[in-house]
Amino acid sequence: MMSARSRLSTATLLGLCKDPMLDIQKLKVVYGTGHLRVDAVKDVSFHVEAGAAYGLVGESGSGKSTVLRAICGLAPISAGQVFVDGKEVKEPRDKAFYRTVQMVFQDPYASLHPRHTVDRTLSEPLAIHGERDAEVRILQALREVGLGPSFRFRYPHQLSGGQRQRIAIARALILRPKVLLLDEPTSALDASVQAEILNLLDELRRKMGLTYILVSHDLAVVAHLCERLLVMRHGEGVEETTAVALRTGRASNAYTQELIEASRGFSRDTVKTASAAL
Amino acid sequence: MAGAPPLPQPSGLQAWLLSSEPASRWQARLGRGYLGWRAFTKNPLAVLGLAIVILLVLVAILAPLIAPYSPVAGGDLRTERLLPPSGTFWFGTDDQGRDIFSRVVYGSRITLWVVMLVAVIATPIGVMIGTVAGYHGGWIDTVLMRITDIFLAFPRLILALAFVAALGPGIENAIIAISITSWPPYARIARAETLTIRNSDFIAAVKLQGASTPRIIFGHVIPLCISSVIVRVTLDMAGIILTAAGLGFLGLGAQPPMPEWGAMVATGRNYLIDQWWVAAMPGLAIFVVSLGFNLLGDGLRDVLDPKAAK
Amino acid sequence: MTTPLLEVEDLRVRFHLRTGTVEAVRGVSFQLGRERLGIVGESGSGKSQTGRAILGLTPPPGEVTAKRLTFDGIDLLTASRRTLRHLRGGRISMVMQDPKYSLNPVMTIGEQIIEAYRAHAKSASRSEARDRALAMLEAVKMRNPARVFELYPHEVSGGMGQRAMIAMMLVTEPDLLIADEPTSALDVTVSMEVLRILDELVSERGMGLIFISHDLKLVSSFCDRVLVMYAGRVVEELEAKNLREAKHPYTQGLMRCLPTLADDVRPLPTLNRDPAWAL
Repeated sequence: MMSARSRLSTATLLGLCKDPMLDIQKLKVVYGTGHLRVDAVKDVSFHVEAGAAYGLVGESGSGKSTVLRAICGLAPISAGQVFVDGKEVKEPRDKAFYRTVQMVFQDPYASLHPRHTVDRTLSEPLAIHGERDAEVRILQALREVGLGPSFRFRYPHQLSGGQRQRIAIARALILRPKVLLLDEPTSALDASVQAEILNLLDELRRKMGLTYILVSHDLAVVAHLCERLLVMRHGEGVEETTAVALRTGRASNAYTQELIEASRGFSRDTVKTASAAL
Repeated sequence: MAGAPPLPQPSGLQAWLLSSEPASRWQARLGRGYLGWRAFTKNPLAVLGLAIVILLVLVAILAPLIAPYSPVAGGDLRTERLLPPSGTFWFGTDDQGRDIFSRVVYGSRITLWVVMLVAVIATPIGVMIGTVAGYHGGWIDTVLMRITDIFLAFPRLILALAFVAALGPGIENAIIAISITSWPPYARIARAETLTIRNSDFIAAVKLQGASTPRIIFGHVIPLCISSVIVRVTLDMAGIILTAAGLGFLGLGAQPPMPEWGAMVATGRNYLIDQWWVAAMPGLAIFVVSLGFNLLGDGLRDVLDPKAAK
Repeated sequence: MTTPLLEVEDLRVRFHLRTGTVEAVRGVSFQLGRERLGIVGESGSGKSQTGRAILGLTPPPGEVTAKRLTFDGIDLLTASRRTLRHLRGGRISMVMQDPKYSLNPVMTIGEQIIEAYRAHAKSASRSEARDRALAMLEAVKMRNPARVFELYPHEVSGGMGQRAMIAMMLVTEPDLLIADEPTSALDVTVSMEVLRILDELVSERGMGLIFISHDLKLVSSFCDRVLVMYAGRVVEELEAKNLREAKHPYTQGLMRCLPTLADDVRPLPTLNRDPAWAL
């Protein structure tokens, strides 16, 4: 608990003396028109300081993933502004943007090309950006995510889920971005593997000074990785709060409180009389 | 040669190929190929198909060595005309006194030539149009697929007939005609595959690395849809051979005295009752090679495209 | 507790593959009364295959063997197809992870529940079946059963689909329900509701429940007893409330590696898999 609190205060201090690394202002994402119109994200605003981790929490359809996808260009920015490192993001995004912002996807079984070896997957971003010494950097990237050189020429089907997610993280980090967008990076993994990936993400952030935005439905995961978070529902931000507040169960919003209750596991309190009959 | 260290395991080459920790790009690729080969050889009919196709290639390459007589020069019309199969003329002789076996052997060159050219012309057109349409969507997709539909609406042989009629008879024109009529199905397959690939996370990931559209299509989309196209092309080969033979039969493909199988069947038609071998031997060749390609295509589908096999 | 509802002894599920034989379940034994039994494990632990084998739903080329596999005294391994068919969906039901794939997309939810009911209660009239179906939809807390009755699966949300699935599985009043990750495709708040419904049905009808899940926290808070599976075996069996006193290092590891809101452990303890566990 103490460590989380001190981390928070340093992040806040950093935020005071620096421009935010990421600033989202009144972001709207709209799909379709007429009666097919879906407002996936409605006027969501938040900002993240350099080196901080920010969580977006919510259930399916809350628009949390859409916010991430709008930042990186996989969803349209219908209105509002997105600033990355002080610069407003304009369509189409240039190569410099992709060097600054990278993403890790939810399902490691879907995010790696099934016919490409790890080597090919990792060398692709280097080739796109005309980087040299691919050899050295691929091996270094593998090392950073805790994999040895023996993984370099494997195909995805020769890797476990956790190893695949490590490769996906290595791919995202190989261009040395400043911001990493994490879309439910552990929800497709087993609990023990989730712990490994969370530890890795924690460590990488510290070492490389990365800024994270983590999307998750799991409050405990968000509280573990992030200092601040936004609870979303039906495309809107419901409450911005801190990990510390979550841990102490202080939530001003009823929905947030409901999520906190649910994350503690099943409670038989409401049906106690029924189960007593067993 | 691959720059990989020699095989450390006692079980040798196989262990090296199946290693779960390949040490080089080459080892990874070869290992993958080997697994496919093992799956392929589990199917005896597929191996038979492959054997027939290899035989076709070998016969075509070694035709001058295999064929005992000239395929075009006629024999003595008084003594060597329409002879039944025998030790001297294995498949008999035709109405010009030519050895049918030699003609069938040389005919394999024409068949192979047709098959290869059609594959080389039609497959890339189909794959390009299909992937570009599928990847871009929108009006590009609409325009490209309507063009495809137009070509698909024509019966192949009829359209080929029209083309040949316009360009003049001859094997080259027949090939062009067949190619033009065979790409639409490949474009459809490639498009369908691309649509499923387009929205996958690994394509999103490479987009987020700033990859250009051609890079994504060539490096990431095509390698995934090419296998089902290859299967389809192989299965289509039988039809292509038959179309080529059909054009030959109608006198619109290869011109005499070229030993094209379809044209040979056409000549044999006049003697079908009394001298059956004149038409039957080239007909048998068409049948065997078509069957070979079909079996090979089925086998390849099991290996390359497990979804369709079940 | 009277005689056990389900007895499983030395259950094995093998898959004969091109690359060799894989044993997914390697000698699982347990007994189930009219209680909530949780089976927990990570992917590949054989927990789902255990559930499927009991119902005879092992996908080909799987092969199931057991010293004993009886349901209410009926040997499930030697039972005729007819008996099995009668048991399946009648006295034993299964709820799968994702309702999207388990409901027929071209039939209304009501029709599907009616069909499930009439397949096992042949004498029931249509109107009787309809009443049962509506009552069942109400029992799973659908706000407007009559409306849901007319809807197609794609017209309802994931949570509603899963509740409809449960209604369909429970309309025949089974004695045993096997639920394989019934809530993991659902949002937390919805899944709590689904669990509450399951819980009520177990208590009210005295049904036996096998709850298969990867979520140790959830299982321990929901079930009476937990089997922890690893590499095809049960490594530990314990009362859910005693989960904190788990003896096996795997169970302990699984417990600890989850981040919790209660305390902030950093780095999270990870699981060092001892090859001896799989022996």
